[in-house]
Amino acid sequence: MNIPLWLDALIAALLLIGAIVATLGSVGLARMPDFYMRLHGPTKACTLGVGCTMLGSLLYFSVAGQGISVQEVLITVFLFVTAPVSAHVMARAALHRRVACSANTRHPPWPEMDHPPAPPSLANPGEARQGPSSIPGEGSDTRTRGS
Amino acid sequence: MIAAVLPLALLLFSVSLLLNLYRLLRGPDLTDRILGLDTLSINAIAVIVLAGIYMDTTIIFEAALLIALMGFVGTVAMTKYLVRGDVIE
Repeated sequence: MNIPLWLDALIAALLLIGAIVATLGSVGLARMPDFYMRLHGPTKACTLGVGCTMLGSLLYFSVAGQGISVQEVLITVFLFVTAPVSAHVMARAALHRRVACSANTRHPPWPEMDHPPAPPSLANPGEARQGPSSIPGEGSDTRTRGS
Repeated sequence: MIAAVLPLALLLFSVSLLLNLYRLLRGPDLTDRILGLDTLSINAIAVIVLAGIYMDTTIIFEAALLIALMGFVGTVAMTKYLVRGDVIE
């Protein structure tokens, strides 16, 4: 098992970049204010990060192991096909349940959608109430859930 | 260089697993919990692959493929239950 230096550096860079991107996606999942923003982090950043990790692993086992390893290709193709499908299905379920969106959303899907109180770092109510369909003064603590 | 990077990548993925677990436990709506579970399965695949490089074996990649499959099927089943009220109609 003797990997040339440039390939070693390339695999290490791919693993590190993949880990950093996936962690950024998970930070977005944990810290974004509402569900529709939270959907962006994992479905794009985490898929890209895991894809980078898979590419590094594919290079490593193709050089160090015996022949090209097929399982990484299979896992990567499956992840890249199913990630948009699961994101679309989850967004449709959230729209069906009428999950509340942030107060700064420009055009909410329906006017009566209740607004949870935005966190103070993102709250600028002067801009949020210029929209035609946002209801000012409503929904400070009327967060009714679906069931 | 790979041996130096691997513990760092495992640490970063562990942090991201903890963040997903936080969203899974705290998520205000059911869809947030489903999203956290889906991301948890995706990050578990990456952790399994990094463990495979660390142990220098490709046997446990079957488990990663199985987790990918089951995570997708579980996500679709749970969201379909939320939307339609039934999984298999």
